This record gives sequence, structure tokens and C-alpha cells, in this order.
Amino acid sequence: MGFISELWRFMRVRKKFWLVPVMVMMALLGGLIVLTQGSAIAPFIYTLF
Amino acid sequence: MKILGVSAFYHDSAAALIDDGKIVAAAQEERFTRVKHDSAFPENAVRYCLEQAGCELSEVDNVVFYDKPFLKFERLLETYLSFAPRGFKSFKMAIPLWLREKLFQKDLLRKEFKNFSEDFDWENKLLFAEHHQSHAASAFFASPFEEAVVLTMDGVGEWATTSVGIGRGGSLDMVKEIHFPHSIGLLYSAFTYYTGFKVNSGEYKVMGLAPYGEPRYADLIFEHLVDLKPDGSFRLNQDYFDYCTGLRMTNDKFAELFGGPARTPEEELTQRHMDLAASVQAAVEKIVLTLTESLAKETGIENLCLAGGVALNCVANGKVQRQGAFKNLWVQPAAGDAGGALGAALAAHHIYKQQPRHLNGAMDAMKGSYLGPEYEQDDIEARLKAAGARFEVVSNEEIAKKTARALADGEAVGWFQGRMEFGPRALGGRSILGDPRSPEMQRTLNLKVKYRESFRPFAPSVLREDVEQWFEHKGDSPYMLIVADVAKHIRKSMTAEEEALFGIEKLNVPRSDIPAITHVDYSARIQTVHEETNPRYHALISEFKALTGCPVVVNTSFNVRGEPIVSTPEDAFRCFMGTELDVLSIGNCMLRKPDQDPALKLDYKNAFELD
Repeated sequence: MGFISELWRFMRVRKKFWLVPVMVMMALLGGLIVLTQGSAIAPFIYTLF
Repeated sequence: MKILGVSAFYHDSAAALIDDGKIVAAAQEERFTRVKHDSAFPENAVRYCLEQAGCELSEVDNVVFYDKPFLKFERLLETYLSFAPRGFKSFKMAIPLWLREKLFQKDLLRKEFKNFSEDFDWENKLLFAEHHQSHAASAFFASPFEEAVVLTMDGVGEWATTSVGIGRGGSLDMVKEIHFPHSIGLLYSAFTYYTGFKVNSGEYKVMGLAPYGEPRYADLIFEHLVDLKPDGSFRLNQDYFDYCTGLRMTNDKFAELFGGPARTPEEELTQRHMDLAASVQAAVEKIVLTLTESLAKETGIENLCLAGGVALNCVANGKVQRQGAFKNLWVQPAAGDAGGALGAALAAHHIYKQQPRHLNGAMDAMKGSYLGPEYEQDDIEARLKAAGARFEVVSNEEIAKKTARALADGEAVGWFQGRMEFGPRALGGRSILGDPRSPEMQRTLNLKVKYRESFRPFAPSVLREDVEQWFEHKGDSPYMLIVADVAKHIRKSMTAEEEALFGIEKLNVPRSDIPAITHVDYSARIQTVHEETNPRYHALISEFKALTGCPVVVNTSFNVRGEPIVSTPEDAFRCFMGTELDVLSIGNCMLRKPDQDPALKLDYKNAFELD
């Protein structure tokens, strides 16, 4: 929780709210990569991206 | 008020501790773990700093990390986004690392520091400085100047790659920045990669190689790669680079422009590679000199401080000094990321805590950069005995006399005295020394002692009081960060036949009365030795001068290729037994190779991964 609120504060200071959807997308994609450790799903992600 | 600065998790992790603004200790983690450029949390360096200050972590007022991870992540995301869908390969490698740990650096630091204190008040005591603010603080607050322009240049921090600050007393205002991907450091690294050396460590090899070549590609660099403006600001044409999106520094278009693919690491060096090195060196010098000239005009300030990895380019530093746009120049000896630990601590003390700064006359605050561990004589003897070394114990006076005698007899000497240096250069604390008058010394040290490429030059240590008689240099250069030519009267003129030689062939022609430290263009990377900061080393060179009339010795770091500089007496003994060093002087102990047990000889040549 502390991390999320810090990240929120950071985006407020930097006035970069437009990064929120990007971060969510990236976190999802990144999470997927972490879970699958890359290889098989990679081309699929690439098309999505 | 005690403040601990930490740099970690990228390369060259380090810790530094200041007490009421005075630098107490600073050391790089690689020296303890024996892993070159170690990027791990600097547990050993932190422990050493706390021991040196005689305190526990709980007595430390603030811990400061040297950069801001969120800002770095922001740069990463925006870069990927602006190049998408290119860069997916690099994204795929970087993002998991960030999501797993780098984004959570605060927690990571807390976890690592738990070994030192369970109940440290992390919420209020952990601070983060900006990367270039850390560099700038390490340059200005440690300098001897009341007022100065501070220029920091490196590969990249969070966003900034080049920054300008104005320091006055205890204040340091950052006034302008050039942002990623436009970077002098990355331009140099791109050519380091292209000429077959390791990025982040091989840059100084490119600098050493440059004098063998002609800058015949410099115009091409400014026509296609770099758009340099009259005020020194610049942009890099990303069509030729791959570092934003790929896993290489340069791309195929770059290779096409410079006439071939990148050199592989152990491929033979040709004249073309030397010309490329000379060209990027000339380009970087032009950028830096344009910047410094414009800053001097703009600010009217007389003093300049430099830090950031590019400030380790001592050839460019020498040119900045001789350009004369600034009356005085001071370069932070730990100009790379390790120095960020010190800068972060100083920034917290003076900027965040607004503590006043006390200047120490004309002396800087670095104490000669001898900020690392040292060993008492009893301890040295016990450690050497345990390692099986055979040695004689001599007086302070004798250690200087006997070592000087060995040097004058042409022997290669390991010199381990006092506190270890902070920063990449050995400055007479952990050094290998030789006789600069010997024409064979450069080759011998490179091939038999350091096990490194034969083209690499060596640097001289010269008594401060004699520097002007031997080199075309006035003033101090205590940190070996300024290159100047050897004095004209000791140069040797070349025959027409020798003049016609190219590249590395030039190496075998003695260029002066002190050929071992004279590079092919008559230049030398000078260290002036001061009695105030290193009396033992000063005494040794004085003895050498009394014997030979020469107040100069060859000084290179005490290690072999790929090995971090030695830290403990045991490291020194191992290196001594693994190389063709003849003599080792540690504290008041003197070791000679023939006296040692042959069974303790080591195969050291292949012990370390090549850098």
C-alpha cells in the first residue's frame, strides 16, 4: 500500500497522471512476462503491444 | 551529525560516511567482494564506514541513496513508449527486473540494512538524492572553492546526462540539464562498444588507444551523429544508436557509416580502431571545451568543478585546464557512480539539512582521497604470517630507502601503505611501482605483472615541488585526473624512420628520459605527490630522487587485468605471488620474491574475468 501511495505522490509532483494507464498496461504485460518467464507467450504479447 | 551515503544496484556500489560535513570514510564494494564493478548492496563498504566512524547505524542521522528509482522508471517507460513497438526485446528484459526489485528499492534498502539495525526509523531517515545532484555535490562540496560552476557529465542518471550547477558556500543550485538519450557518456560508450571493449569499464582503454590514431572520423561524427550548438548543448542522432531500444550500443547504420561491423573483444586491434578511438576522443574534447568556454562566459565565475564518468577522461580535463576559460579546475577523484555515495551524503548535509560549509584553506576535503581501510603494523604481520609470507620488518625510514633502491635496480614493486584510495585510481596507497627511466618497464609491467594489453600507458607520480621541471604542467594534480605533456627538455626527438611508424609500432620508440610513462604523443597522466596527504609515498619518491636524480616513479593500480584493486594485506600477497612482482612493501614489512615459498605461487593470469 505504501508503495502505491508513494507512486501516486510521485506522479502528482511530476504532473504525469497520463502515466497511470501506461503503468497499468506495462505492469500487466510485465507481470505476464514474469509469470511466463518470456519465451512462449512473447510473440503474442508483441502483437498486443 | 552523521550521514551515510550509498550507491548501489547499477554498477560500482559504494558507501561513504560524513560527520558534521567532514568526510570520514568512503569505499567501493568491489574491493571487499573482489568482484569488479560490483553492483550488489554495499554491505561490506557500509560496515567499514560505520567501523571507521566508530558508530552503529542507529547513531546515523540519515541514510541517503544516490539516485531516484521512480524517476529512472519514468524515463524507462517514456523511452519505451516513444519508440514502441521497437524495443520490445529490451523491455522484456528490463521490466521484470524493475517489477521484481528495482521499483521497490526503498524496501530493498530497508531489508539489506536490517543486518545493521532492526529499528532504524526508515520513514524519516531515508533520503534519495538525484543522480546528477549527487555527482555535483561530490564535486562542489568536496572542492576547495567558495564559488564554482559545477559541470557533471555521464552516461545517464534518471533523465539528466549533462548538468550544470552553481555552487556558492553551502548552496548548490542545478540550473540546466541535457536529457537522455542525448549523452556524451553514451556517445563515448557507443565507440567503446564499437571498438570491442566493455561498456562501463573499457572507456579508459579507448582513451589510451586514441594517441595511436588520427581523428579521421571526427568530421563524420559531427556531420551525422552529433549536432553541437555554439553553447555546447548537443543532440545525438538516434538513427545510428541502438541503446534506447536494443541490447547493443550501436546499430547497422552506424557500422555502415564507419565502414564495418563492431570489433569483437579479443580481435586484433588495427589502425582503423585506433583512428576511431582518436576520433571519438577528439569529438568529446570538442563538446566539453565548447561547453566549458560557454559556461565561463555566461557565468563569469573563475572556478570549475567536474564529476560524472566523463570527468574521468583526464585527456579532456587537461585540455579544459589549458583552455584557460576557467582559472581553476577541480575534478572529484571518485567521479564515477561510486562517488555518488559521497555526493548524496554531502547533498543531504548541505542542501537538505542546510548545514554551513567550512572550507579548509586551499586544501580540498578529500584528504588525498585516502578514505578507505588501513591496517596496523601488528595486524599486517599477523595476516602475512597466516598467509605463509616470509618478510623482514624494517623502520619507516628504511622502508622508503630499500623500496627506492629496488625501484632504481629496475624491480617491479608492490606498494601497500596507509588507507586505501576512494575512486578508480591508485594514488600510492595500493600501487604497483616501477622505474620510469627504464625503456622496458612499460612492456614488463603490462605483460608480466598486469597481464593486460601492451598498448596501455602508465602514469607517473611526481613530487609536487618538481612537477614543473618534468612536465608542462603548473599546479596540483593529486588525483591523476589531468593529462599534460612531458617537459620539452627531456623529450627525445625521433629519427625520420621512427616518425614514419604507425600505431602500436610507435610504442617501442622511447619518447623521453622517462619513457615508461611517456605516451606516444608525449603526454602523461600526472599525479602530484604531496607531503601533507601521503608523507610515506612522498618520502619514497624523495629517496628515489636522491638515488637517481629523478623525482618520478611509474604508478599503476595494485591488481591484474580484471581484478579490483587490492584491499587487504592478503589480497596484496596473493597478487604478489601470482605475478612477476619482485618486491612487496606493506607497512613496515618488506617481502622479496626469491625468499618466498615456491609452493605458494599462484596461477593468477587466468584468475579474473577480463575487463
